[in-house]
Amino acid sequence: MRKEAIAEGTAIQADAVLDAQGLYYRDLNERLYHLVEQGARSIVLKHIAGQRYIGTNLQAPVRLTIEGVPGNDLGAFMDGPEIYVMNDAQDGCGNTMNSGTIVIYGSAGDILGHSMRGGSIFVRGNVGYRVGIHMKEYGEMRPVIVIGGTAQHFLGEYMAGGVLIVLGSHLGPNQMHPSRYIGTGMHGGIIYIRGPFDERFLGKEVGLAPVQGEDLLLLERYVAQFAGYFGLDAASLLQGPFTKLYPRTKRPYGRLYAY
Amino acid sequence: MALSLATSQFIIERDETRCIACQVCVRQCANDVHYYDEENDRVLSNDASCVGCHRCVTLCPTRALTVRRNPLEFRPNANWAAETLRNIYKQAETGGMLLTGMGCDQPYRIYWDHIVLNASQVTNPSIDPLREPMELRTYLGAKPERLALCGGAQRNPVLETVLAPQLQLEVPVMFSAMSYGSISFNACASLARAAQAAGTYYNTGEGGLHPALYEYGANTIAQVASGRFGVHLGYLNTAAALEIKIGQGAKPGIGGHLPGEKVSLDISRTRMIPEGADAISPAPHHDIYSIEDLRQLIYALKEATHYTKPVSVKVAAVHNIAPIVSGIVRAGADIVAIDGLRGGTGAAPTVVRNNVGIPIELALAAVDQRLREEGIRHRASIVVAGSIRSSADVVKAIALGADAVYIATAALVAMGCHLCQNCYTGKCNWGIATQDPYLTKRLNPEIGSRRLVNLLRAWSLEIKEMMGGMGVNAIESLRGNRDHLRGVGLNQVELDTLGIRAAGQ
Repeated sequence: MRKEAIAEGTAIQADAVLDAQGLYYRDLNERLYHLVEQGARSIVLKHIAGQRYIGTNLQAPVRLTIEGVPGNDLGAFMDGPEIYVMNDAQDGCGNTMNSGTIVIYGSAGDILGHSMRGGSIFVRGNVGYRVGIHMKEYGEMRPVIVIGGTAQHFLGEYMAGGVLIVLGSHLGPNQMHPSRYIGTGMHGGIIYIRGPFDERFLGKEVGLAPVQGEDLLLLERYVAQFAGYFGLDAASLLQGPFTKLYPRTKRPYGRLYAY
Repeated sequence: MALSLATSQFIIERDETRCIACQVCVRQCANDVHYYDEENDRVLSNDASCVGCHRCVTLCPTRALTVRRNPLEFRPNANWAAETLRNIYKQAETGGMLLTGMGCDQPYRIYWDHIVLNASQVTNPSIDPLREPMELRTYLGAKPERLALCGGAQRNPVLETVLAPQLQLEVPVMFSAMSYGSISFNACASLARAAQAAGTYYNTGEGGLHPALYEYGANTIAQVASGRFGVHLGYLNTAAALEIKIGQGAKPGIGGHLPGEKVSLDISRTRMIPEGADAISPAPHHDIYSIEDLRQLIYALKEATHYTKPVSVKVAAVHNIAPIVSGIVRAGADIVAIDGLRGGTGAAPTVVRNNVGIPIELALAAVDQRLREEGIRHRASIVVAGSIRSSADVVKAIALGADAVYIATAALVAMGCHLCQNCYTGKCNWGIATQDPYLTKRLNPEIGSRRLVNLLRAWSLEIKEMMGGMGVNAIESLRGNRDHLRGVGLNQVELDTLGIRAAGQ
């Protein structure tokens, strides 16, 4: 199934193929940098096995297709590239990312999109703890994370901006999203969750609302993009029920001090 | 409003024979202490709002004003000090945490003042710095295990060892992290210009870098803190070095937030958050829960900047600082900055500032000792902060093992700060810790930078005099040379921790 998706979604003409077998991350990233400097705009990375910081130092509209499992901090500080991971990704994916796109065909680890300010991340499977923590937005920059499966605890903690969508498509009937303390410290941005979750364990700064009007337009737009990457049916993913989670206040810590 | 039980801290005395009712004091005070009584053509004052910043006193053209501490004395009580009572009144009225600015003002022992320096007498000659060259230049960054030269004994050996990136300082004093937001743009610009003119560095703090200050990039240390405000590839690559801020001496272990009302349009651009939004810095970096994670961020920054810049890690001095710094060095930091108990801040809960952390002198001695014992002292430079008040503190810090020092409070004082400790109110009458355009224009970056350069020049001259007296002509020879130090009035545990002998021994 995964292979079909690759064939549909990412059949591309590669400018270069880089075999990362046994290559230390520093050497790998340096070679990548030089390939991009020489004008490569579509690169396939083969046999990736845990190399860190892929895409970090590439400030160009380059498309990377990763075969294997990339290491931590994939696309940290990333500004521009498009990365397709044909497998799972590890922790810290899109850390402090500024712009670009990361598409993960498998699942991803903890703190995906930590302090992300722009760009988008699509994960077909599940994600770990503290995903979207301290996401921000600024002017035209509005980061987006769409997760096909579910997320672990502290989803959207300290969230200050951007959009987090959790589709719960791998949840069984009568199964709830496992995440507790969603949106703890949230003071900006929006989270949309499809399917049930335990409302007793929400962050106390979070308000709940049904989706309507603009929410639906926004969901349609990003879910269509998500479905497009993975060859899925957008219409069935858009069938609710969706819940909108929003920050009750933009100043959760306004009354802490004696002044 | 209910009656406040908190009484004024200061009394303002106006000499009516001198006051010409020109109202300079009225215009200068952002706390609205002075006001003009039109009916009687007199200027009056409301003591209760006075913070003791002396702006009015300094600018009064006829020297008509005196600000004194309010002599109101509570019944003497060795246990319940006046400040403690005032704090309880304030908390009973508001139900909030007490905030403060600047460094710890409590009477903890200041070890610098119990350490004295050596000088040459008869048995070795002192050096006259007025006539002989004295070397203050300092390089910060990882040093190699050994140097390999090719060409061997020939005349022009070539260095084979690839050196790690270094910062070159003409004076071993840098300006410590203060963000745009905590201080005004003019204060940041003063620091940047002064760093460039004096051949040293200033630190952005965690507020990002204003576009107008990119031209000072070669003298800029760019901070990456838990909020990641304004951190992007352009920011990282513009700076000369990067600094991961883990902690701060004034508030170890806690996060911070710049309240939305201080996030003006200009600050929102620099921090890259919406105007008026709270800028919340979590207590930990959520991608750093261990030394291994710290290594990951250090190398993320190195990857992002192609291994061309040293990476510093700044921590607060806390109980187990020596093993913590050992871990940081092993994690790959090129510089470790340690900020002590008395380090300053723009805003911190008073209780944290006054009770958390350890004095920098003890932390520095413990760290230097530990890194030497482990044989890794060369792998990172040590920069100490909190608080360095004079050139004597600089010399003592270097002899205790520091490579360089950070100053922030001293730099602010050079720009006019009077240590009123009200930075968090945003009403700094000296135009430093404020974003109010009416106040910020009081600090001219031209004058601010000149005063800072003067301070560094004066300290350099004094450092050279002290070094010359010791018979040392390069700061390198002083570094970690504790034989030049003796303790006065310290107990044996303190002497042992500092690794120095008592005076007379």
